[in-house]
Amino acid sequence: MSAVADRLYRRRSVVNAFNLVASGLCAAFGLFWLVWILWTTFRHGIAAMKPGLFTQMTPPPGSEGGLANALFGSLVMSVAAIVIGTPIGVAAGTYLAEFAKKKAIGETIRFLNDILLSAPSIVLGLFIYTLVVAPSGHFSGWAGALTLAMIVIPVVVRTTDEMLQLVPSTMREAALSLGIPQWKVTLQVLYRSALPGIVTGILLALARISGETAPLLFTALNNQYWSHDMNAPMASMPVVIFQYAMSPYESWQSLAWAGAFVVTVFVLLLSILSRAILLRNKVSHD
Amino acid sequence: MAANSSAITASMTAAVVDASRRDVRDARADGIFRWIVAAAGMLVLAALVGTALSMLWGGREAFGTFGFGFLFSTEWDAVNHKFGALVPIYGTIVTALIAMLIAVPVSFGIALFLTEVAPSWLRGPVSAAIELLAGIPSIIYGMWGLFVFVPIMGEYVTPWLNDHLGHWPLIGALFTGPPLGIGMLTAGIVLAIMVIPFISSVMREVFLTVPTRLKESAYALGSTTWEVVWDIVLPYTRSAVIGGVFLGLGRALGETMAVTFVLGNAHRLSASLLEPGNSIAATIANEFTEADSEIYRSSLIALGFLLFVVTFIVLAVAKLMLRRLSRQEGTK
Repeated sequence: MSAVADRLYRRRSVVNAFNLVASGLCAAFGLFWLVWILWTTFRHGIAAMKPGLFTQMTPPPGSEGGLANALFGSLVMSVAAIVIGTPIGVAAGTYLAEFAKKKAIGETIRFLNDILLSAPSIVLGLFIYTLVVAPSGHFSGWAGALTLAMIVIPVVVRTTDEMLQLVPSTMREAALSLGIPQWKVTLQVLYRSALPGIVTGILLALARISGETAPLLFTALNNQYWSHDMNAPMASMPVVIFQYAMSPYESWQSLAWAGAFVVTVFVLLLSILSRAILLRNKVSHD
Repeated sequence: MAANSSAITASMTAAVVDASRRDVRDARADGIFRWIVAAAGMLVLAALVGTALSMLWGGREAFGTFGFGFLFSTEWDAVNHKFGALVPIYGTIVTALIAMLIAVPVSFGIALFLTEVAPSWLRGPVSAAIELLAGIPSIIYGMWGLFVFVPIMGEYVTPWLNDHLGHWPLIGALFTGPPLGIGMLTAGIVLAIMVIPFISSVMREVFLTVPTRLKESAYALGSTTWEVVWDIVLPYTRSAVIGGVFLGLGRALGETMAVTFVLGNAHRLSASLLEPGNSIAATIANEFTEADSEIYRSSLIALGFLLFVVTFIVLAVAKLMLRRLSRQEGTK
């Protein structure tokens, strides 16, 4: 009897130990790819760094050049996307948290916003293509910026909604009981309290769009030259990286690595920064 | 005295009038504010509906010309204007399935490690690092895949699979192919790496919602850690875990750039996972700007519509499943 129990017990411990070790291996497996991918990017990227990278234009195959126009295009389109997307996102998030909290319409919008958040970005590019590019007859920086704004909006809506819901309702009631109109309460009391969270949301959105490639392929297209005309096709870092990485020319591939390095460092810094803001805020709340 | 009091009355009346005027002004401002934020909310609604409708509109020519045959035809002939979606649909589904086969068990392992096994000082850094994986742009995965992973697949993995699994009955055909390195299997593996952080972070979060009381009761009865996770934690969080898996599936189906780099852009239906193929998103990314005829472009937009419908359904299921757990939490 006790031999049977013993054997059973031993088998259970073996199964347990085996699975727990396997779980550790899974974590190691996940970290392994992270380290490998970052190491590759850094190694090739740092090797390809050179002084002209930020000042010279994208070159024709075989000659020397930099990524200045692509960096500028990415910068302009990202800023435009944030400027367009943030007010809309914050306003919609405010609507969800303050005006439609328990209503069916609020639930529906929240549900669809969450889907928009994970929807394939290439599909959003097709939407802007049919809405803007096809009627206007040409690719443009504005179309690219609008596509990126479509990616920004759901991120900002989500964080604004969540952060406003975290503001204690006593704060709302205290402000309202002083006779302050609701818009003032929202702008001057609630937003102030939710600000770190909203800023984090914007930073995360910026991190997401700075590496976004697919929808730009057929909205902003690309531009070999320096252009600050938002009505014309515009170069961007990810699209140039894609084009150069897929090319057979070694000088282009090396520029692609340099670009990949710059984008990766930027995105990692953003995500670490936003994490730090959230963490500091959490500490000060406790 | 009388003059004085009437002056006071007058100023009070003025104040009251002033106050009521301010009330009216405030009410109007509130109305406008409310209207603005509601309009922004509706815009989100319109964005999603607009996306669906615009693609249906853009794809009308393809749907009209090819009808239901569009879904089942393997033809993709830009010269003769004959297009069918079966090859990209097949590629999308197969790569996503490979990704899920790898990513789901690994993500479960990671979540288990981070909630039950790891010492607490290790949990924060490891989960932060895994989440960093989610932040890396997909184009970086693509480049890494093309320049680093594809050569390894071509040189070592593909020949090994050919030698060892290639002549097995039934599944042998899946693993026979030229040592190109690019193909469905490579794309599936890269996708798996990309969705692991999404699935594991959902699983980790929901595992943390299991009441300590439940787990401790099981431990008190003599359960091992594994038994607690398998018999207590997993059943308690089942719907949310499925939600997390579907969330990852939605990502894998719609992922574009990484797949475009390593899939090979070949419009051919082949049983082997080692042959190049195509996916919906990669087809659109590769060919959209080169589409030289109305029907070509329309077919690509129609593909986009199919992708949107499928990911919408998958993500909606994910959301509903995830919501079920939070509702269960709320009723306690």
